[in-house]
Amino acid sequence: MVKSISGFTAAAAAVIHKDIVSEFRTRYAFNALIMFSLVTLTVVSIAIGRFNLTADLSAAFLWVMVFFSAVSGLSQSFVKEEETRTIISLQLYAEPLTIFAGKLIFNCILMLFLESIFIPLYFILLPVNCGNLILFLLVIVLGTIGLVGTTTIIAAIVAKSSMKGALFAVLSFPILLPLLVAAIGATETSFSGGSFGAASNDLKLLISYPVIMIVASTFLFEYIWNE
Amino acid sequence: MPYIMKYILLIFMSAVIIAAWIVEPPQSQLGSVSRIFYFHVPAALISVLAFGFALYNSIAYLKTNEIKYDFRSASSVELGLMFCILATVSGAVFAKAAWGAYWNWDPRQTSIFILILIYGAYLALRSALDNEERRASLSAVYAILAFVTVPFLVFIVPRIYPSLHPEDTIVGSGGEMQLTGMVAVIFWISMVCFAIMFYWLYSLQSRIELIVRKRLKEI
Amino acid sequence: MQVKIVADNIGKSFNGHCIFKDLSFVVEYQEGLIISGANGSGKSTLIKILCGLLSPTKGRIEYHIDNEKVIKEQRRSFIGLVSPEIQLYDELTALENIQFFSKLMGLYYTTSGAKNLLQEFGLRGRGYDRLHSFSSGMKQRFKYIIGLLKEPPILFLDEPLSNLDKQGQLIVDKVCHRQLEQGILVIATNDDRDLKYGEKHIRLHGGSSRGDT
Repeated sequence: MVKSISGFTAAAAAVIHKDIVSEFRTRYAFNALIMFSLVTLTVVSIAIGRFNLTADLSAAFLWVMVFFSAVSGLSQSFVKEEETRTIISLQLYAEPLTIFAGKLIFNCILMLFLESIFIPLYFILLPVNCGNLILFLLVIVLGTIGLVGTTTIIAAIVAKSSMKGALFAVLSFPILLPLLVAAIGATETSFSGGSFGAASNDLKLLISYPVIMIVASTFLFEYIWNE
Repeated sequence: MPYIMKYILLIFMSAVIIAAWIVEPPQSQLGSVSRIFYFHVPAALISVLAFGFALYNSIAYLKTNEIKYDFRSASSVELGLMFCILATVSGAVFAKAAWGAYWNWDPRQTSIFILILIYGAYLALRSALDNEERRASLSAVYAILAFVTVPFLVFIVPRIYPSLHPEDTIVGSGGEMQLTGMVAVIFWISMVCFAIMFYWLYSLQSRIELIVRKRLKEI
Repeated sequence: MQVKIVADNIGKSFNGHCIFKDLSFVVEYQEGLIISGANGSGKSTLIKILCGLLSPTKGRIEYHIDNEKVIKEQRRSFIGLVSPEIQLYDELTALENIQFFSKLMGLYYTTSGAKNLLQEFGLRGRGYDRLHSFSSGMKQRFKYIIGLLKEPPILFLDEPLSNLDKQGQLIVDKVCHRQLEQGILVIATNDDRDLKYGEKHIRLHGGSSRGDT
């Protein structure tokens, strides 16, 4: 049971703080994430940089790269706890939901940090123009929250299995597909300079899908955590 | 499963197969090609039913921790995948005959394909977990998460990818087609037959799993 | 707080392979329980079940505080565990580890309080060192600090003396005596020196045999 809201926030904040310090010292997830995204970006820009991309193709490339990079590194938050066996101390002393909330927010911070490096490079290396920058940034933030909100619980599942990396991709992608479709749609609208109204259907999905996934995760997380 | 049911199933299933070829085709423009409707649609609907069974059994496992629900959940997913693949393949054959291509990312093709991916992933997860209890609880959680996406696949995917084909040629959705007369009778009998067959396979499969587990324990 | 552990007919199996079964016992306030048995007989598994890290295949565990049953979700606020299976964060310093676990448990953290703890366990001056520079004995001492942070009424020790030198053993001796005054002590061990901490004794024989009490 959670004793109080403030106790819950303090514990979740402790998890985030611990993960940031630990990530800063070991770069356990970040190196994989940044290198993976740079390599895919290079491959894509060499392969197609000469052609004039349409807005829908550039949007599709952007999100495919972001999703693949995310899948290469986001499972680390739980996998590392499992591999260094620190997960037992967490199971012993922490409320399951504080861990889930902490890891969720930490993964969000990690992804947004990655994107703050990756997306400027994307605009430099690929011939893309963004017509509606505010909409674009909104889509990036919502898409990232959705991506992390959906995959955090899968990372927790995968951490307990025997083939962590490959399984994370296999389990995540099918569940992420509706989100990917909406993110690409909204990004395309923003590239071609469309208004918020034009992207409203995609935005609705980008908001509702993560909300439902996160609510479902909070109910299910305890069953993963306490065997 | 009562013994007599198997014979009833045999008689009715044969009747459906024969009737499907003699009665006039369900869709006049497409002609005989549309006869696949009697088998394709039940297969697709039964696969969704099977995934619903998996959801139910997964919740039951998490509530009770009884291993039999885990086996039932796994059996429903395996059968659901089988029906899903049958529906996809029969749909692709129909698409080739009616529209000229096996695959064109029609909304329903897309959503059924994603379903295959999701539940295929469920089986991959199961094989990556060797501790029985851990496998049961983790795959139950994944089965529930997977089913949460189903409404999105049904509502959203068709909206994002608008169908390339005019409404009146869409066969295999149930809704757009007028079910009348003999067509309706054959269709619903076929539907019931598929459901009974599913339940039969499902109870057999779950029992086999339990027996195998018991044998393993004795050794 | 008058604590009590009740184990009712518990058994555990992995993949249908039975480790132990039909264990029933009660540990009362100010009592010690010793669990012994050969390697692989399920000592650590039993400890994990008692502290709620694993659920038993059969039977149930209950905690009672002042004769009231504690619900499962609240059990973790009453326990501490020191075990070879526990690992702390190597990339964090000792003080950061203490701070993190204090906040996780909802405790008030001060640097001076944490330093006092380090001194008590003979780790004075190592507060700003990362844990990966600690020797295995120092890590074992540090696990006691984390396990005892909230002064738990129920303390579980799995192989309490492993890796410890003379001075470390004296500290553990003090910890055990204090715990027996304040609550319940459960030790899984094969070391005869630990037997003096408990009147109750469970011997696990491994396989599907029952334990003697």
